[in-house]
Amino acid sequence: MSEKIIQNEPVIIIKNLYKSFGTLDVLKGVDLTINKGENVAILGKSGTGKSVLIKILVGLLKPDKGSVIVLDQNIAKLNEKELNALRIQVGFSFQNSALYDSMSIRQNMEFPLIMNNKNLSKTEVAKAVHEVLEAVGLKDKMNEMPGDLSGGQRKRIGIARTLILRPKIMLYDEPTAGLDPITCTEINNLINQVQETYNTTSIIITHDLSCARETGDRVAMLLDGKFAKIGSFDEVFKTDNEQIQNFYKYNFIQ
Amino acid sequence: MLSKALDTYFIGIENSYQFVKQYFKQAFVPPFHFQEIIHQCYEIGIKSLSLISLTGFIIGLVFTKQSRPPLEDFGATSWLPSLMGIAIVKALGPLVTALICAGKVGSGIGAELGSMRVTEQIDAMEVSAINPFKYLVATRVTAAVITIPILSFYCIVVGLLGSYVNIHKEEATSFIAFFKSSFSTISFLDLYTSITKSIFYGFTIGMIGCYKGFNASQGTRGVGKAANQAVVTAMFLIFIEEVIIVQVANWIRYY
Repeated sequence: MSEKIIQNEPVIIIKNLYKSFGTLDVLKGVDLTINKGENVAILGKSGTGKSVLIKILVGLLKPDKGSVIVLDQNIAKLNEKELNALRIQVGFSFQNSALYDSMSIRQNMEFPLIMNNKNLSKTEVAKAVHEVLEAVGLKDKMNEMPGDLSGGQRKRIGIARTLILRPKIMLYDEPTAGLDPITCTEINNLINQVQETYNTTSIIITHDLSCARETGDRVAMLLDGKFAKIGSFDEVFKTDNEQIQNFYKYNFIQ
Repeated sequence: MLSKALDTYFIGIENSYQFVKQYFKQAFVPPFHFQEIIHQCYEIGIKSLSLISLTGFIIGLVFTKQSRPPLEDFGATSWLPSLMGIAIVKALGPLVTALICAGKVGSGIGAELGSMRVTEQIDAMEVSAINPFKYLVATRVTAAVITIPILSFYCIVVGLLGSYVNIHKEEATSFIAFFKSSFSTISFLDLYTSITKSIFYGFTIGMIGCYKGFNASQGTRGVGKAANQAVVTAMFLIFIEEVIIVQVANWIRYY
């Protein structure tokens, strides 16, 4: 990765965050601060609450305890209008892309843009769609339906759809899950390219070590509902913690 | 202490109530998605037209055919148009339309929204600052409330046409004589009741389909379950509404 400047300006501050589902405690006191322009990869086994954490960041889930401050706004204190204004600034790329099946790729791109900017002209919308599809390298797929695309292409389109609203923060939920190694590398490069081009701050939720290493300026290891270690990739995995070592070994074998 | 099943039942009722309340809170407040409402009217109305036409016509024809022998015993076949008018306008037209729509439209809405829920498309709308309730639920329910009464009226016309075909064949009754006789026993109250019934049916079908789909869970299994429950629950409620509305209409008639 090329050298980049990370400003010492926190855009996401998570403090003492707790979340349970029934009797299952998922997050048990999570603390994390992310600075502007930084890519943070959150690693952890399936079911450790990684996706829950980013869903709390956009208000899809409510925490039981603790505070989440995104772009200087406390999520818990926002009304619906304020939350929507914040959501426009936070792009969320879903694990299964969540493309609208009944719409073409072009309509998938246009939909969030038109719904949030009713005054845009047709030319402006077409230009924005053209630009984001070019950024993800899928300009030629504009008139196809989501069902006609491969898994990797769907992920790219999912990322393009979030980029069309020009977010300041990007949240990627398992961006490389279910993809072959070559496509994984392409997606990792795309995440870095998005950060450079659009100057976003990103959280990458993954259980894929190569994704965390290639995309994360910092890596945070989520174990038993808390961050066991936060630091550079090498710092996190130079440890005596057996669970972290096992996680590394398992990924290596894979 | 209430049992778990009873808890679930009452929580379900509370959630349904909140869902309906949410519709009235959102459907009449801007921004309105008129284009989506028109699209849904097309999906519900035009796409159900062939099925309604066929079913309405056959019901009119067969019901007339079946009713003839008992009337013939009393030499009262001339009452057939009036009987069919009462049966089709007051009961069969709206009810058959509602049952067909519960099966076709209700299950379609349940499955569509259910699959959108389990594939996170509804969440994707929410994180893009789009209100999924307003865009998906309010538009579909409104479209059902507009379209199903129109379909009911259409079903009544087609049903009477089916009846006329049979009566004309057997008794050589003219078109005008048939319709004069059919409507001689129908009052405006009957027509209003039928339209009111259809509005309630439309609301029920749209609401139940959306509620089941919007709250689907457990992956693809949940989608099938949502579609199935949308049909079963809507049909059950339609019959209950039929009984209540007929009762209320009779009170008004004899008051």
